[in-house]
Amino acid sequence: MTPASFSPTGIRFENIDKRYGGLYALRRVSLEVPAGECVAFAGRNGSGKTTLLRIAARLARPSSGTVNFLNGSGEKLATPPPAGFVAHATMVYDELTAEENMLLFARLQGIAKPTARAETLLAEVGLLERRNSLVRTFSRGMRQRVAIARALLNEPAVILLDEPTTGLDPQGTSWFAQTVRQLRDSGRTVLMSLHGESEVSTLATRAIRLDAGAVVADTRTGANFRSILAFANA
Amino acid sequence: MALLSNTAVLLGKELRTEFRSRELLTTTVVFILTIVVLFSFTFDPSVNESRRFGPGLLWLAFLFAASLMLQPCFLREQTNDTLSALRLSVNDPFAIFLAKLAANTLFLLLTQVLLLPVFSILYNVPVLGAFPQLILVMFMGSLGLSVTGTALSAISAQARMRELLLPLLLLPLLTPVLIASTEATASLLVLNPIMPWKWLGFLLGFDVVFLTALWLFGEYLLEE
Repeated sequence: MTPASFSPTGIRFENIDKRYGGLYALRRVSLEVPAGECVAFAGRNGSGKTTLLRIAARLARPSSGTVNFLNGSGEKLATPPPAGFVAHATMVYDELTAEENMLLFARLQGIAKPTARAETLLAEVGLLERRNSLVRTFSRGMRQRVAIARALLNEPAVILLDEPTTGLDPQGTSWFAQTVRQLRDSGRTVLMSLHGESEVSTLATRAIRLDAGAVVADTRTGANFRSILAFANA
Repeated sequence: MALLSNTAVLLGKELRTEFRSRELLTTTVVFILTIVVLFSFTFDPSVNESRRFGPGLLWLAFLFAASLMLQPCFLREQTNDTLSALRLSVNDPFAIFLAKLAANTLFLLLTQVLLLPVFSILYNVPVLGAFPQLILVMFMGSLGLSVTGTALSAISAQARMRELLLPLLLLPLLTPVLIASTEATASLLVLNPIMPWKWLGFLLGFDVVFLTALWLFGEYLLEE
């Protein structure tokens, strides 16, 4: 990964509720993730992992409660910093080439020298030679590489990964784990939702289990790391 | 300025993806040609009947074509959740709407320009005499169809039975545009065409009202 040019950023969720009609996706979720921490969220389908990450990315608004971003000293930031979001869906256009996708999002984000930035990131994810190929001709693993490159365009200090390894083969998962390790080691805050133990989950410095929209276990409060992830597998 | 530059970038993306896939334009042009040809076979109208009923048939065909064209407008952003990527990238979500409605207006206008000579031949109604005025009416009408249709497409894309929902919401809401566009077109297809300022003013008012509503509330339409 390119040398970090971001400020360490943490995130604090306070009493977050998210309702869809009468259904609670999240119930009174309160937790603080200090800058530089790598957190794995585990839980069954529908436990609220995706909703929490989408609220952190400001793609969804909580029904009540607040989300604050914190600087390295734990003080609240006035303006939320950009967050990099990678999900199971690639969030890139199949009808555009890898480079066209990167340039599109770089220009929308007002990045200086978008072509150079796009090429640097495509080189980092090993797709520079295929930059002029349409994304629809890519394998699942290659698409996810474009997704990672897109998410890193604006040097985000917070990376949100929503079940990013779903559908990846072992080789793709290994590459992804290596990338997450680099992101974590560069000082970025990483929040990821996972389905059970994997090469990626071993990189987490903290694990949190969600059940029916509520936090039910957290390694910070003494829960066992492996039991949280093993439970999600059950 | 960020709004305009983001809109321009997104419009470029809309045009590039459409001209690369040619999904919307091809389908819409074929659909609208079929309707106009079928109408002409069904009614076999005389010149006077064509002048009287032609504009209505023409705009009904445009309306059906618009409901077909506008459906995938936000639906295709769901395939790879690209709408989320756009929302994370733009400062003002109105840019997403502006780009989509500009692209939709352009595609509709292109379809109409292609259809006009066919209509003229099949219905024996000369259109060359008032061609620039017709283009203006078609632009205003297309803008009205696109503004409303783009907003409703964003709503229906997140709903169940979305394929049914858009036409059900769109067709009644576009009745004023249909009436004004038909009347304006009819004024230009008579023997001595007159510029339909009253109907153009009505279309302008409709476009401004819906564009303002979209600017004010568009952000909420994109929320989960």
